[in-house]
Amino acid sequence: MGHHHKENFFSKYIFSMDHKMISKQFLITGMFMGVIAMVLSALFRMQLANPGSKNPILEFLLGSNYVTEAGAMTPDAYLALVTIHGTIMVFFVLTGGLSGTFANLLIPLQLGARDMASGFLNMLSYWFFFLSCIIMISSFFVTGGPASAGWTIYPPLSAMELAIDGSGLGMDLWLISMTLFIVSSLLGGLNYIVTILNLRTKGMSMTRMPLTMWAIFVTAILGVLSFPVLLSASLLLVFDRTMGTSFYLSDIMLADNGIMQVLAHDGGSPVLFQHLFWFLGHPEVYIVLLPALGITSEIIATNSRKPIFGYRAMVGSIFAIGFLSFIVWGHHMFITGMNPFLGSVFVFTTLLIAIPSAIKVFNYIATLWRGNLQFTPAMLFSIALVSTFITGGLTGLILGDSALDINVHDTYFVVAHFHIVMGLSAIFGMLAGVYHWYPRMYGRLMNLKLGYVHFWGTFICAYGTFFPMHFLGMAGLPRRYYDNTAYPMFESLISINEVVSFFAITGAIIQVIFFFNFFYSMFRGTKAPLNPWKSNTLEWTAPVEHLHGNWPGEIPTVHRWAYDYSKPGKKEDFVPQNVPLSKGEKDH
Amino acid sequence: MELNFIFKILIGILVIVTFFQVIRLIELSSRLAGNKDEVTERSNNINGILLFASGIGLVAFFFWQRATWGYLTLKEPASEHGVLIDQLWHTSMGLIIIVFLVLQPILFGFSFFYRGRKNRKAYFISHNNKLEVFWTAIPTVILSVLIVYGLIVWGNVTNINNAKDGLSIEVYAKQFNWTVRYAGQDNKLGDGHVRFYAPSNPLGVVTDHMYKIQSDDLDEKIKNDKDKLLIEKNIGKRKNISDRIDRNIAKQKMFKAYYNSISEEERLAGEDDIVVAELYLPVNQKVAMKFRSQDVIHSAYMPHFRAQMNCVPGLSTQFVFTPTKTTAEMRKDPDIIKQVNEANRIIKEKGQQSNVDFDYSLLCNKICGNAHYNMKMKIVVVTQEEYDSWLNEQAETRMIKNM
Repeated sequence: MGHHHKENFFSKYIFSMDHKMISKQFLITGMFMGVIAMVLSALFRMQLANPGSKNPILEFLLGSNYVTEAGAMTPDAYLALVTIHGTIMVFFVLTGGLSGTFANLLIPLQLGARDMASGFLNMLSYWFFFLSCIIMISSFFVTGGPASAGWTIYPPLSAMELAIDGSGLGMDLWLISMTLFIVSSLLGGLNYIVTILNLRTKGMSMTRMPLTMWAIFVTAILGVLSFPVLLSASLLLVFDRTMGTSFYLSDIMLADNGIMQVLAHDGGSPVLFQHLFWFLGHPEVYIVLLPALGITSEIIATNSRKPIFGYRAMVGSIFAIGFLSFIVWGHHMFITGMNPFLGSVFVFTTLLIAIPSAIKVFNYIATLWRGNLQFTPAMLFSIALVSTFITGGLTGLILGDSALDINVHDTYFVVAHFHIVMGLSAIFGMLAGVYHWYPRMYGRLMNLKLGYVHFWGTFICAYGTFFPMHFLGMAGLPRRYYDNTAYPMFESLISINEVVSFFAITGAIIQVIFFFNFFYSMFRGTKAPLNPWKSNTLEWTAPVEHLHGNWPGEIPTVHRWAYDYSKPGKKEDFVPQNVPLSKGEKDH
Repeated sequence: MELNFIFKILIGILVIVTFFQVIRLIELSSRLAGNKDEVTERSNNINGILLFASGIGLVAFFFWQRATWGYLTLKEPASEHGVLIDQLWHTSMGLIIIVFLVLQPILFGFSFFYRGRKNRKAYFISHNNKLEVFWTAIPTVILSVLIVYGLIVWGNVTNINNAKDGLSIEVYAKQFNWTVRYAGQDNKLGDGHVRFYAPSNPLGVVTDHMYKIQSDDLDEKIKNDKDKLLIEKNIGKRKNISDRIDRNIAKQKMFKAYYNSISEEERLAGEDDIVVAELYLPVNQKVAMKFRSQDVIHSAYMPHFRAQMNCVPGLSTQFVFTPTKTTAEMRKDPDIIKQVNEANRIIKEKGQQSNVDFDYSLLCNKICGNAHYNMKMKIVVVTQEEYDSWLNEQAETRMIKNM
């Protein structure tokens, strides 16, 4: 990396191989996708609070194919919006956006490396991601609309255009986009693992790594092991769709122009797809969550001015969660007709995950205890993450229990659960990370007051949106319903839906403050000092100006762990990792 | 109309511009005030207090929702195993509510209590093995109990022996409605397959009688086509017809092969099956409900009975339960009356005339296409006598051998 080559606009900003630039590219693309997914959710929340009413914004944004003659959202459009909202949020924002941004930014900077192991693969990873984003968005504008079979694309619904319009060209684009996304994610993941294992600076033993690094390390392993399974599941689905194979299809009859047609597929099983999908799908939950937890661990320790409580237990729980996440996928399938005994095994493994999760929560709370808490917006979002992780995690004990799952499976109770524990927690972690490392990315500080307004608005709206959904679920309301008025028993739930929609749409509008702050501060924000949060980790020793290779001279050597905050006998309340141990001083 | 629309857009733009200006104003004023975007003791105080308030607010919000919306949720279960499930539900729910009510206040309380001060120094502590073992052990013990309890209930509900001496009923799913098949006198459902579908045999029940009708029909089609082939001159049309003949011969072959693979006993069992579009269940009678789907995955969800099972094409699934309350009894339940009154109030508010009363529902709970939200069937639970007379009435016209 030492040799200098001339940089032009393209090699610096577009086809950059510098990890800091790639991280910003991931972040801004992820934010852009986030806006789209959020607008989609605002649109379908309008429909749910006001079923069948005119929706001129939808017509304006997506065209007249998405509305009825009276101007209201069509049922097909509703399913399309829900499907793409889920797909974008889970994969493009919280996997690509979150891991892509912070793994790229932090791995070399926190471990003391000049760059990622392979800058070229890293660049490819971003461009595959970018391409998959474009293809996913473009599916809104093809005949039949985008994929509409839910983000889990269960066949046979996703396999046959006769079953739903979105399973035509839209589904093809979904599968192509996802394939590219998986390639991107694998390239990135391998790079992260190799860099973490091989390119740590002198003295940075694995046990001295900040928890962000541990979290990203395990996340990358999960991704590399599980995404290929989704790829094979998608490929088999492509075969079923285009080549007449029967991996997932059997005994199917559908109306074609009013005439019943028995399809030639025979002997396949739709349940097989679910097994393959959730073999990725469940680790995916932790691919989304673990980086957020890692970011939070770092921010809470720094802003509590205290060591993270139980560092080893934290690392252990990350590994335990990562391992268990591979053997719990069946809890998504208790009522598919799967053998009840197999269900029992999955109940056992699923509820076990609560133990490492509980340890993490207790350790966060113990870290706050007797701290000297500095409420930066990043810290506030981290505390909010712990709160939503508790709230959402607890309902997991209900859903993971097969006997209870019978009655709340696929209801709004599930929607509440995963949005709180995975959606909100991961988004809060991501926002916390942006506020915390913004000075490292752009050399300026984000405006503090706007940050506070953004946090409080978001936090209140987040709970206001998702907490009431538990009650919808306990009333037996299934998810993915375009309209609840078809059932008299659900008529009275409209009052809850109105509250939910109010908070959801307000919450979406509040994000404007964040975007303003983000882009405004890029040019007009206060110039950031070298180490604005008085943090111990290595990234704050690199100069504010971005350099190829990160440090102008030698890479700093590490002498201690990352959490020597408020160590007795020290003048300052932090001791950066590159400060040598004084005589007689013990490492942690 | 047009003007109205332009007006709306203008207002929208105005709102957005105002919004940005207000944000800019806040931004600039804070800069003028000499704000360096640093966390101060004052901002720590304000945020600490707000965090404390939000801890209280969260707990209050929780109780407010329970008080306001609690009556809308599902009440007493109407099935035997539902009671077991609800006991487990209340135990687990009670437990997680306690944990929620303990941990959230601690989290927000600590946040407030240890908010940053200029002269405060944080307490240096990196771990405490005893404490950590203790708080690992507690969830382990509690979860062990929950797992064992949960698995006992699960084992009870899904036990394969439950199906013995249950009333055999098939619920058949397709886009976007449900069909029901009763087993008739022998309480044995005949085999069914999509290849046996005919407009007169919507569930594709395999019986000798149906086989004859459908097979004859195919033979006739083949014969007609062969006759046409003799007089048709156009080469293209000839090809179409001979293709159709080949297809129908292949179909006939598969049809016959499938028919021969079904035992005579099973074929006989199908003869007295009764196919209807409503689901009547006798109260206090165990029901072994079987599920099939002909197109995509559906899920038969019966929330009041705490019963749900997916309907998967190519796979037969089953759920066994015993309804314990008739529809008439449920309509007298005070909790249900409250819910129904609320629903009627809202329906009236919307200016609709109809007055609804309580009914059990079978809902589709797996995304299955654009009318997924409207794929429903009424379930009527009646006394044994009412059930018998209803079924006899249906048998006259809806029995397979009479169709």
